[in-house]
Amino acid sequence: MKRGRIYLNGAVHEVTPDGDSRVKLADGRSLDEREVHWLPPVEPGTIFALGLNYADHARELAFKPPETPLVFLKGPNSLVGHRALTPRPASAEYMHYECELAVVIGKTARNVRQEDAYGYIAGYTVANDYAIRDYLENYYRPNLRVKNRDACTPIGPWLVDAADIPDPMDLALSTSVNGKVTQRGTTRDMVFSVPWLVEYLSSIMTLSPGDIILTGTPEGLANVVAGDEVITEIEGIGRLVNTLADDRHPVTSAA
Amino acid sequence: MSVNTFVPSPSGTLYGVVLNDQSSIERMGAGLREAPYKAEPKAPILYIKPANTRSESGATIILPPAADRVEIGATLGVIIGRPAYRLSLDDAAQAVAGYLPVADLSLPHSSYYRPAIREKCFDGSCVLGAPVPAQHVADPSALVLRTRINGAHAQDFPLSSLLRKVPELLHDVTEFMTLSTGDVLLVGVLWQAATARAGDRVEVEAEGLGQIAFTIGAQAQEAA
Repeated sequence: MKRGRIYLNGAVHEVTPDGDSRVKLADGRSLDEREVHWLPPVEPGTIFALGLNYADHARELAFKPPETPLVFLKGPNSLVGHRALTPRPASAEYMHYECELAVVIGKTARNVRQEDAYGYIAGYTVANDYAIRDYLENYYRPNLRVKNRDACTPIGPWLVDAADIPDPMDLALSTSVNGKVTQRGTTRDMVFSVPWLVEYLSSIMTLSPGDIILTGTPEGLANVVAGDEVITEIEGIGRLVNTLADDRHPVTSAA
Repeated sequence: MSVNTFVPSPSGTLYGVVLNDQSSIERMGAGLREAPYKAEPKAPILYIKPANTRSESGATIILPPAADRVEIGATLGVIIGRPAYRLSLDDAAQAVAGYLPVADLSLPHSSYYRPAIREKCFDGSCVLGAPVPAQHVADPSALVLRTRINGAHAQDFPLSSLLRKVPELLHDVTEFMTLSTGDVLLVGVLWQAATARAGDRVEVEAEGLGQIAFTIGAQAQEAA
């Protein structure tokens, strides 16, 4: 089952897909998916993100794949739903997208073993973990100024039940910018797999329902600019549309 | 004028900052210009204490396996009272609803290069005191956070030594992200703060801010 959250007429609603281009509300109403306001598909708890978790991407950034995972945290201010605008600082030279499989925790997890990890996962969604490399500093890198900006982590549109994804470690990922594919990869190439990460993180701390793990991105980074439409897509999970906006002209209308 | 003493619950995201005091920067010294840092920091160096780290005064905090010492990062938490983005220095105080004493516990780590998840995010590792309305703290920079371990004085952290005082810190953090009502910004912890071991009883207090007390517990036996 796929579930999304939208804002409509003064209330938040859970929706399901109605064909490829429409969404259905619980009361039966069907709406064009381009005409609703999408929210992140889950209310986030702790948001984890992985750096350098695809060997090809680590090479692209001139890093050796890590021996322990590079984990960083993000605040809820960073998330924004499907079809939202993400502000791009006009003065920044290099802002890039990152198509990532997002894992949503479904029950309290503490010292979970890899072989049991899938039992603690509620589902999956797509995230685009934008980074603005101009602001990188070598302190708690990647630092929050790069990775924790408002609305710079689109997520959605759907939370897909874990039961519907038999093997999350064999999914194709891709990103397109203005219709041209710029990033391709497969979750098979993760350095640290989804079950391994659940074991690792739950050995450090207790995970709770709604916690989200963004599992890293494969190679194929490119700079994007205001006006670009960036679509991050994962096979069987969803197709997340985002548009970059000049941060000197912030969004001021509800349309 | 009536004094509004309502303080929102500090239930939002807990953000902290390191290397925000003169002595920490001096002790790091030339190392800040060498690898892996290669340059002194420009923006505040932030971290997040996730929800699992929250604990209250009176708690027993169990150290992670194999850890025998924990740094007691006595600090001041600034409770945000309204959504704050790109605050001016003059407006910064308006966004502050209150303050609370905090003990930000960390496993000792000498490098600030990568985010310190294992060291800073174990369960219960952020002990929060009771909120104090902002009106009751005339000048947060005048506070001195005192740490006692087993009743003996261990460390003083005078907030007069902060490089970015509360208004400057709020200005520089909200330059790139929104702090929301109920979020808490910890103003800094000393580099290599005083350490405690399992069995130690710890108190952190500042005059006018109140006190928190907690115990460091031994690692529970893992179920076979």
